[in-house]
Amino acid sequence: MAHAVEIRDLHKSFGSLEVLKGIDFDVEPGQVVCVIGPSGSGKSTLLRCVNLLEQPTAGTVVVEGVELTHRDVDIDAARRRVGMVFQQFNLFPHMTVLQNVMIAQRRVLKRGKAEAERIARENLDRVGLSEKAASYPAQLSGGQQQRVAIARALAMSPSLMLFDEPTSALDPELVGDVLTVMRKLAEEGMTMLVVTHEMAFAREVADRVVFMDGGVIVEDGPPAQVIGAPRHERTKSFLRRVLDPTHTDV
Amino acid sequence: MSDQPKLTEPLPSPAGAVPGGAGLSPRQRQTISRGVQYVIFVVLVALVVSLADWAAIREHFLDMKVAENLFPEIFTVALKNTVIYTISGYVLGFFLGLLVALMRLSSAAPNRWVALVYIEVFRGLPAVLVFILLGLAVPTAFPGIRFPFDEYGVVAIALGLVSAAYMAETIRAGLQAVPKGQMEAARSLGMSYSRAMITVVIPQALRIVIPPLTNELILLFKDSSLVFAIGVTSATSELTKFGQDIATEYADSTPLLLAGATYLLITIPLGIVVRRLEARQAKAR
Repeated sequence: MAHAVEIRDLHKSFGSLEVLKGIDFDVEPGQVVCVIGPSGSGKSTLLRCVNLLEQPTAGTVVVEGVELTHRDVDIDAARRRVGMVFQQFNLFPHMTVLQNVMIAQRRVLKRGKAEAERIARENLDRVGLSEKAASYPAQLSGGQQQRVAIARALAMSPSLMLFDEPTSALDPELVGDVLTVMRKLAEEGMTMLVVTHEMAFAREVADRVVFMDGGVIVEDGPPAQVIGAPRHERTKSFLRRVLDPTHTDV
Repeated sequence: MSDQPKLTEPLPSPAGAVPGGAGLSPRQRQTISRGVQYVIFVVLVALVVSLADWAAIREHFLDMKVAENLFPEIFTVALKNTVIYTISGYVLGFFLGLLVALMRLSSAAPNRWVALVYIEVFRGLPAVLVFILLGLAVPTAFPGIRFPFDEYGVVAIALGLVSAAYMAETIRAGLQAVPKGQMEAARSLGMSYSRAMITVVIPQALRIVIPPLTNELILLFKDSSLVFAIGVTSATSELTKFGQDIATEYADSTPLLLAGATYLLITIPLGIVVRRLEARQAKAR
């Protein structure tokens, strides 16, 4: 079976700083993969390379059989199939919630107004925010904004969803709502690649957990193994810092 | 202070405080300073009033007989033309400025160079020189050329060229003030660079630069007076030229004063609008 994502020998440098030092990594259709690791380990850069928001320095990225790193690929067309949710939500502040979820359907997929609105409302309902359709992003809480951002990505009917630390900018009491939406999405069979610090979510929802450090993948396996019984010293020390209550400042 | 005799270091005093005023509290010092400012102001006003020749002013600046000759043409011709020149120049300048701003931020280096040269040239040239070049030099250099709408076309293009340079820099600042994540979110939804610019980035940037762009409208309104440099007929004259012509005819300055008042009739309300817009933005931040 074709991989949903297939990454081979991926390198990325910013100037003289090498952030990704040769990543090989696949995601199977329907899989939920959580990427964990200390800040600066390159996990967000890896995620941003999957839809080419960062141009890799070397290596190949293949999504749904399309090689995005190929020179002749239509990157705009390829990105339609990959939804992305950002740490800072990045909703369009000059549009209402409904317009946020409709705009790319209309302008990119050329859907008719009625169809785009129907799909937008369906997806807002999916994240539990149908009553906020007429609001502007600034009138919503962070958690609500992030759920709108998820609905906006889902409205494009993606086959793969990327989450870049989706709960890191949220107040602690708002994290749960966003994770609930993501958990539901995972149960529906969506292929998901999630960069996160939420260890409980990774342990519970992920099919695979990938631990990155220093621009390489250190450990890759089911959550029970990577989080429950890590083999590498670097994974153990990271998890100790994250999970130990006396080090909750991470 | 007297109960702290050990404190020998003098306290840092505000700039301009006299050593003899050390016994005054900051509030007393402020009261004295303000009083001095009022006295200076009153003396200056009294000086101007006493030195002015009021009889001459009444005769040369407030002559009602001369003033009568200005109406209604000061509004129906002069103000109307001023508004037409300003708006046509502004619209042209806005779209050209937006184009130059986008070129300035282009990833293609030649675009950036062209934009930069344009901005430097038209910001550096006196506007009156651009009028003369366009109105007199261009027809000489290209004998076949005719501007659309005659004087109106020349003025619109001249004002447009000059204001575009200023507006380009303002709009560029606005575009750069939109967070990078907006472009990334739009691109991640499959929008092309230009689609994302048009749908997401430019609308937000323009909202940011509405106050400075309205300011530019005020400046342009006044710059339209430079049309005298290309010589206009009485039918196409604007406020300044109109006032000047009648002032010469009657050897009286009343028309100039009235023309000035008519400018203020437009610029002061616009100024109030700008301040309102700025206040609203400051609150929204």
